[in-house]
Amino acid sequence: MSDPIMTLDGVVKRFDPRLSLGDRIAAAIGGDVETRSVQAVRDVTLAIGKGETLGLVGESGCGKSTLGRIAAGIMKPTAGTVRLAGAPVMDAAGGKLTTRIQTVFQDPFASLNPRITIGETLAEGPIAHGLVTPAKARDYAAQWLDLVGLDPSYASRYPHQFSGGQRQRVAIARALAMQPEVLVCDEPVASLDVSIQAQIVNLLLKLKRELGLTYLFISHDLGVVRHISERVAIMYLGRIVELGPTLSVYETPQHPYTQALLASVPRLVTSDADLAEFKPIAGEIPSPLAPPTGCAFHTRCPHAGPRCAVEQPGLVAPMPGRLAACHLLAGGVGKAA
Amino acid sequence: MSALLEVENLATHFFTRAGVVKAVDGVSFSVRPGQVVGLVGESGSGKSVTGYSLLGLVDPPGRVVGGSIRFEGQDLVTLPQDRLRAIRGRRISMVFQDATATLNPVLTVGEQMLLVVKAHEALSDKAGLSLALDALGRVGIPDPASRLRSYPHQLSGGMRQRVAIAIALLHRPALVIADEPTTALDVSVQAQIIHEMRELVRTSGTAVIWITHDLATVSSLADDILVMYAGRVVESGPTRTILRSPRHPYTLGLLDSVPSRNPPGVDLPQIPGSTPSLLSLPPGCPFAPRCGFATDVCREMPAVSQADGRTWRCHHPRGVAA
Amino acid sequence: MTSASPFAGAWREFCENRTAVLALAVVVLIVLAAVLAPWITPQNPYDIGTLSLMDARRPPGYVGSGGYVHWLGTDAQGRDLYSAILYGLRISIQMGLAAGLVSLVIGGTLGIVAAYAGGRIETAIMRVVDLQLSFPAILLALVLVALLGQGKTQLTAALVAAQYAYFARTAYGAASAERRKDYVEAALAIPLSGRRIVFRHILPNVMPPLIVVATVQIANAISLEATLSFLGLGLPVTEPSLGMLISNGFQYMMSGRYWISIYPGVALIVLIVAINLVGDQVRDQFNPRLKR
Repeated sequence: MSDPIMTLDGVVKRFDPRLSLGDRIAAAIGGDVETRSVQAVRDVTLAIGKGETLGLVGESGCGKSTLGRIAAGIMKPTAGTVRLAGAPVMDAAGGKLTTRIQTVFQDPFASLNPRITIGETLAEGPIAHGLVTPAKARDYAAQWLDLVGLDPSYASRYPHQFSGGQRQRVAIARALAMQPEVLVCDEPVASLDVSIQAQIVNLLLKLKRELGLTYLFISHDLGVVRHISERVAIMYLGRIVELGPTLSVYETPQHPYTQALLASVPRLVTSDADLAEFKPIAGEIPSPLAPPTGCAFHTRCPHAGPRCAVEQPGLVAPMPGRLAACHLLAGGVGKAA
Repeated sequence: MSALLEVENLATHFFTRAGVVKAVDGVSFSVRPGQVVGLVGESGSGKSVTGYSLLGLVDPPGRVVGGSIRFEGQDLVTLPQDRLRAIRGRRISMVFQDATATLNPVLTVGEQMLLVVKAHEALSDKAGLSLALDALGRVGIPDPASRLRSYPHQLSGGMRQRVAIAIALLHRPALVIADEPTTALDVSVQAQIIHEMRELVRTSGTAVIWITHDLATVSSLADDILVMYAGRVVESGPTRTILRSPRHPYTLGLLDSVPSRNPPGVDLPQIPGSTPSLLSLPPGCPFAPRCGFATDVCREMPAVSQADGRTWRCHHPRGVAA
Repeated sequence: MTSASPFAGAWREFCENRTAVLALAVVVLIVLAAVLAPWITPQNPYDIGTLSLMDARRPPGYVGSGGYVHWLGTDAQGRDLYSAILYGLRISIQMGLAAGLVSLVIGGTLGIVAAYAGGRIETAIMRVVDLQLSFPAILLALVLVALLGQGKTQLTAALVAAQYAYFARTAYGAASAERRKDYVEAALAIPLSGRRIVFRHILPNVMPPLIVVATVQIANAISLEATLSFLGLGLPVTEPSLGMLISNGFQYMMSGRYWISIYPGVALIVLIVAINLVGDQVRDQFNPRLKR
């Protein structure tokens, strides 16, 4: 990894339920009121190198989207800091301090305001932050539309006049128009048609080459992540359980969860041999309201031992450049120390 | 073996304010008893509407405007509603993408399964519940007896979908139509359900039409696939044969653009453009504007070609000597 | 997907409901008649000089001292009822519009601010609104008019105080839904200022439900004002609105002089029903759940 441009340090996010007085009374007399906090992100430390694409992979409820929002400066972490080139991205009150981190969201039908033209959508941020004068906003918007492969004359149209793929291009152009260094992409292809996904993946690859962008690429799709990311972080119940160069992790996964996840990915089956490789993980993800003690994966892990239920494994380096959080890699799963 | 379901020239159109949307236009296929057919396509391809048409579940302004659906010797298109209702749920049942929407939130799993049982069979509560228990066990639900007393919201997404599948299988139907049943689920849960589904189909002999946009999930399950584009079947045949050597450029394009089939970091082979609006389909092959092999002849609609148990609808099929 | 403006489509859809079109025509006609009242009525009922007690309580069709036919008869002061009704409609519609629009602005702003700000501001605003919604509007208006005294401004203030809560509740509900949408999050990610997010992004998306409430609330304001005037708590006698006309004629109902109360009453009912029919269609069109 080159010099880090973005660092996340000890990031924690807890969602406390908002209880009214009535809720509290109901809870006190044993009513069905949820009083536990969701522990969405639990102590994540990460560094992303300049010009790098870091893939963030996990299943729903693992906290990857929450972590993405914190990294993008949209959400205030409960604890920990996010820094861009050494400077914090958020002030104490939760206001975003930088425009150098921008975001692309999953659903382009929801992320564009239906009542605002494409041109205004692209220009309002740059105008508000002095990147362009209102007089030159038209040409400025046209330039970014062109870069993402859309006709600049589209600027006067509304989102409903576009297909899903075109809208996602608009959403990408909106982010780029702020001239960011880091782009947080939260499942940018997940809600697109299969034949459109490749177009957007290619666009992201092209933009990175031409603009030298850094990506935090959040996805549940292991195939897309393998294609686009140099390094990958695997999340399970709010923690990073494995981190390393993508191909190395995919070839020799060290954490049992990574192994199981890779084995359960549906792949194109063209022979019986493909079919044999396909093995689902047992059980379901526990609720982030009540994550298991010790290693969060021990309830589903085929290798779990007594130590796993009581002691939280830290990230260790089983081989150079790789990190994984598993007792198997650090003294075994036997009796707790 | 004779066919269980034979769909011929099915056409379902939606008569909207903006014009006639030919969502399904001349679709033909057949399903043998116990066969798993994958109906693959993108949004707007007509795959779901095809599924709904089979059960007479197309809502206005949509209507089946042509073709026949022969199932166990009867034409479902002309069958009166009450006779169709008797078939629905008993001989043909359906599993939807969103199990939350199909399960009643105020009834326990056991209560609603009992309702389904009694809708088609006169059984005692005790016999009905033992049938339900048996069905839950078969779809891989741990501790089914306690699940019968659960409400849908107390179950995870994967468990709810399993309950929906169990309900669909209650009457041991001849055919289950599953519309994107695993799309909303996590990778690991999706894998579990597909794994279980494969066992279930093998042991029960139920035929399945598995509607999905995802070639990968269907490839481990389906004996045959039908690839749909803009309301038509553009290619069909045995799953592995098609995946190994697709005939239609659209299927080829879809397969080529799968990231895991390409070296990391390079540009993926992409299909240009986007799926056409069904309101203003150009005459001729609807894929031609996006197709790298298109020529002048593609301005006419290609006929369906047939050989070796495969069909394709293309003037320039791949892997076929001209 | 057409590129036509969304308004053209909405208008075409509106036109498919014949009842609503008819109702709209009635509303337009009544409003026009009220606006043009000075030019299309034979008498200015506020000008005491033109009134003659000789003409008091005459039945419809009577030719009075002015030399013209009183098509709807005259009231106890000898006013031509046709003229009085149109002038009364003027005041009723003015009050309804003023109260409706001021409530829309105040209530809408409060609701959107509550939804966007969240936390204590949200709790404070919405508790007051909820509390007020649990009282009947008429009760609140009565108390306020009694406290503030008579006059257009006072009455408008009372009507607004009685009605803004409906707008606040609606705006709050719609804005809370918008607040959670990705496009707001995208605006926060740029980041845009809170003011721009509220006014340029959330507000236009909250307007449709507010417009629906506004149509119904204008009708409610008109009937509320009529009620207050009927009870003698509305405007001064020099500016008779429909409610006061009805009230003035009420004592003669039993003596067979029905027209003094009935005709203003009919005008009021027709206006309110027509506005509500238009409002129903507008609501149906904005409600995505009823979309085919």
